[in-house]
Amino acid sequence: MTSTFPPVEKTGTRTDPPPSPRSAVRGRRRQRTRNWLTAVGFQVPALLLFAALVLLPILFAGYAAFFRWGGFGMPSDYIGGENFTRLFKDPVFLGDLWRCFLLVALSLALQLPFALALAVMLNQRMRGRAVYRMLFFAPYVLSEAITGVLFAMIFAPGDGLADQLLGKVGLEGLGGEWFADPDMVMATLFLVMTWKYFGFHMMLYLAGLQAVPKELTEAALIDGAGPWQRFRNVTLPLLAPTIRISVFLSVIGAIQLFDLVWVITQGGPDHHSETMAVTMFQYGFKRYQVGYASAISVVMFGISLVFALAYQRFVLRRDLEGATTTMRGGVK
Amino acid sequence: MTLAEKSAKRPTDKSVGKRSPDTRGGPRSPRSRFLRSLPLHVVLIVVGAVMAVPLLYAVLSGFKSTDQLSRNPVGLPDPWVGSNYSGILASTDFWRLVGNSTFIAIATALLVVAVSALAAFSFARFAFRGREVLFTLFTMGLMFPFAVAALPLFLLLRAMGLLDNPLGVILPQAAFGLPMTIIILRGFFRQIPGELEEAATLDGCGPFGFFWRVLLPMARPALGTVSVLAVVTSWNNFFLPLLVFTESTWWTIPIGVQQFQGQYSADTARVFAYLVLAMVPALAFYSVAERQLVGGLTAGATKG
Repeated sequence: MTSTFPPVEKTGTRTDPPPSPRSAVRGRRRQRTRNWLTAVGFQVPALLLFAALVLLPILFAGYAAFFRWGGFGMPSDYIGGENFTRLFKDPVFLGDLWRCFLLVALSLALQLPFALALAVMLNQRMRGRAVYRMLFFAPYVLSEAITGVLFAMIFAPGDGLADQLLGKVGLEGLGGEWFADPDMVMATLFLVMTWKYFGFHMMLYLAGLQAVPKELTEAALIDGAGPWQRFRNVTLPLLAPTIRISVFLSVIGAIQLFDLVWVITQGGPDHHSETMAVTMFQYGFKRYQVGYASAISVVMFGISLVFALAYQRFVLRRDLEGATTTMRGGVK
Repeated sequence: MTLAEKSAKRPTDKSVGKRSPDTRGGPRSPRSRFLRSLPLHVVLIVVGAVMAVPLLYAVLSGFKSTDQLSRNPVGLPDPWVGSNYSGILASTDFWRLVGNSTFIAIATALLVVAVSALAAFSFARFAFRGREVLFTLFTMGLMFPFAVAALPLFLLLRAMGLLDNPLGVILPQAAFGLPMTIIILRGFFRQIPGELEEAATLDGCGPFGFFWRVLLPMARPALGTVSVLAVVTSWNNFFLPLLVFTESTWWTIPIGVQQFQGQYSADTARVFAYLVLAMVPALAFYSVAERQLVGGLTAGATKG
C-alpha cells in the first residue's frame, strides 16, 4: 500500500546510472531524505494544530497542578503535591468518582443491554424498521444543551410532563422532585442519558450485526439451536468486538460528562449530581483556583489514560487484527 | 438454500418446535407471522413512544400560551397559539445564533478535513521513519476527553487574545476533530490501488498533484462522511463556546438555548417553542445526511 517509496527509488537509480558506488549511496540517501521531508511536510499543519491546542494544554495542566495559582500571570507559588492530597480528601471530588462509577455501572447493566436488545429486534426484516431506527437515533444528534433544557422542563416538579402523566394514570406517588431531589437526581439523569445515547450504541450494534454472516446463524438453526442459543452462542461472540468498543466509549463518556449536568443541575442539589468536569469548571472558572482545577484535569487525564491503556492491553488486544470490519458501512 | 431448508425442516420442527413454538420452523401463514411478531411490535412501539413523546410535547407546548400550558399541560392546544414560534422567528437574535452556528460549523469542517486529508494521505501512502509513532500520537487523542484540556486551553486562548473570537472555537474544535478524521480518511486512502499512483507518477504527477487531482476526487464519499461528522459535532458543542464567548455576539445555538431558558424561565411555553426551533436544523440535517452520519460514527468508533 505504501507505494511511493519503491517506484521513486527505482526511477532514481534508472535515470542517473551510477558513476561510482559512493555517489550512488549518497544520491539514494538524498532521495530518501527528500521523501521523508515530503511525507512529513504533509503532516505539518495537522501536527501544529494538534500540538498547540491538544498536547500543549494537557502538558500545561500537568505543570500548573503543582502551584497555588489564580490563573493570572505565570504560576509561581509552587506547593508540590498539595493540590492532589487536598483533592483526594475533598468529599465532593470523591463523590464525583463514585458518581462516575455509578453511571458506568448503570450503563453497563442497563443501557447497553437495552441497546443490544433493540438492535437485535431491528436487525430483522419488518415493517417500519427504518422509522424506528431513525427515531431511536434522533436524540443523539441533538445538542446536550437542548436535551438538558428540554428534560429540566419535563421533569419540573409538579407542572412538568413527567409528574402530570403520572398523575393522569393515578401514580402521583411515583412522581417527585426529580432533579431537585438529592436521592433521585442521579437516577433521573441516567434516564435522560439513556434517552439520548442508547440509539448511538444501538447503531453500533446494528453495524456489528450486519457483519455477522447469515450462514452461521442458519447453520445453528439447522443444528436445532433455539433463538436464545443462536444469540448466545453465535451472534454474541461475533459481536464481542463491537460491544467492547461500545463499553469503552460509554466509560470515556461518563468520565467527561459535563454539558447535560451543567445545563440541568449545575451539579446540584448540594453536589449530588456533580461530575469531575463540573467540579473542575467550578474551581477553574467560578472560584479562580486554577491550580486546584488543573489538578482535577490531571486526575481525569490519568484516569482516562490508565483506563485506555489497560483496556487496550487486556480487552481490545484480541480485536487488533481483522475484527473491526464494520468500516464497510461508512466509507464506500 | 431452499433444499437445505427443506431437508432440515423436519428435525428442526421436532427438536425446537416443542420447546418454543415461535421459532422460524413453524407454518408461515400471514396470521401466525403477525401474531409471532406482535410482542416485538409492542416493545418497539412503546420505546418509540418514549422517544417521541418528549419531542412532541415540546412542539405542542410551543403552540400554547404559558397560561394555557399550566391549565392544560398534556392535551392538544386549544386554541392553537402561533405567536411563540412567530415571535422567535421574527427576532434577529435567533437568526444570529443560527448564522454563528452555521459559520463556525462550516469553518471547522473545512479546516479539519483539509488538514486531516493531508496528514491521512501521508500516513496512507508514504513509508517514512516515525510514521507509527506519529500515528499512535494522533490515535491517543481519541481517548482523551475534551474536558481534560478545557481549562489550560482557555488560558492559552486568553493569552492568544482569541476569546470572543470565532477562531477561539474553530481552531480547538478542528484540533480535537483531527484524530477521528485522520483515522477514517487514512483507512479510505489505503484502499485506493497503488497502480493509480504509479500511473499518475509516470504522467508527471508529483505527490501533491496525485493527492489533489486523483485521490481527493476519488475520496468524495469519505470526505462527505467526515465533513458531516465535523459539522454535527461543532453544531452541538456547548463546553467550548461557553468558555470562549463571554459576549453574546458570537453565541451559538446551544449557548443561546441555555441563556434563553434563564431569561424567560417564567414563560415556559416560549422556551418550548425556542427549543423546538433550535432542534429543527440538527434534525433536518440528520434526515438529509443520515447515511454519512451513522456510517461515519460507526466507522470512527470501530476503527478507533
